[in-house]
Amino acid sequence: MKKVNILYIGRHLEILQTVIRLINKQDNWQAQGVLKDEEAKAIFAAYNFDIVLLGCGILEEEETALRSFFEKQQPHCRIVQHYGGGSGLLTSEILLALE
Amino acid sequence: MENTNTAPSIDTNFKHVLHKAETRGHANHGWLESYHTFSFANYQNRERMNFGVLRVLNDDRVNQGMGFGKHPHDNMEIISIPLEGDLEHQDSMGNTTVIREGDVQAMSAGTGIFHSEYNKNQDQLVKFLQIWIYPNKKNVTPRYDQVTLDLNDRHNKLQQVLSPNPEDEGVWIHQDAWFHMGKFDAGVATQYQIKKPGNGVYIFVLKGDFTVQNINLNQRDGLGIWDTDSLSLTANSEGAEVLLMEVPMQL
Repeated sequence: MKKVNILYIGRHLEILQTVIRLINKQDNWQAQGVLKDEEAKAIFAAYNFDIVLLGCGILEEEETALRSFFEKQQPHCRIVQHYGGGSGLLTSEILLALE
Repeated sequence: MENTNTAPSIDTNFKHVLHKAETRGHANHGWLESYHTFSFANYQNRERMNFGVLRVLNDDRVNQGMGFGKHPHDNMEIISIPLEGDLEHQDSMGNTTVIREGDVQAMSAGTGIFHSEYNKNQDQLVKFLQIWIYPNKKNVTPRYDQVTLDLNDRHNKLQQVLSPNPEDEGVWIHQDAWFHMGKFDAGVATQYQIKKPGNGVYIFVLKGDFTVQNINLNQRDGLGIWDTDSLSLTANSEGAEVLLMEVPMQL
């Protein structure tokens, strides 16, 4: 079964590590996480992703530029704001994005 | 707010959603028993995602000496309201506090925080509400706020416990939200006026029975009401307690 590929971008390292760990606990989901936009763009250009989760600390203009880049590169990919920084809402956000 | 002993007029054009207590999600982890009004963690229900910007309403009971270890949050306004017992809180902003009935705690998680919450007591459960509100501004500097309120000020009236304004009574958060709590004698009626046009109100019954508009509610029932300027509630049992959460209906 094909796994759901998720890219997480956020500026807080410990939250990033937590989110990646939580996602990778699920059998059918796999995640990569990056702190910087340039890293995100490089990974995005190299792999196919189903979902991008935008985490904390991303400024409005940075988010606009990221969304524009992702939408051009992989129009099918869903871009979702992640709220809460942990387990509470993560599953809901991913399941909703997959609908 | 106005208290009366006669039936107030009722706006019948409101919209509403009723969540009976027994339809909530339930998780029992042994040390933690939690009822989820909205989808949270392993409880997923497409019909129960939020009420406006109110995203989480967890009704938690934590065993003696147990608790939530250090864990992160970001971009969320997190409100804790203890109902019984003592809850010890520590966070990455350097706060170590104990909150109990009458206290209200608010955290703006913003760019990221870590915190832990434990039952302070070895001989008593701690029961508290954990409420998450989507913020109206992302990536704010994390902050912590806590107040102790006089429980006498909510007898037969609604006491404000949260607002968007640092100068107002209660804690404040980054959202156009107002929370009120009240404890009523049987038969006492109250009206609540919406503070900001377009907002809705989620009514959560903490104890006893109420009639809100023309809808009967029992302990731990939740009722969301919108498209109205005011609502009326009447206590149907002695010592009935309620929490009203006025929130924007759109993020």
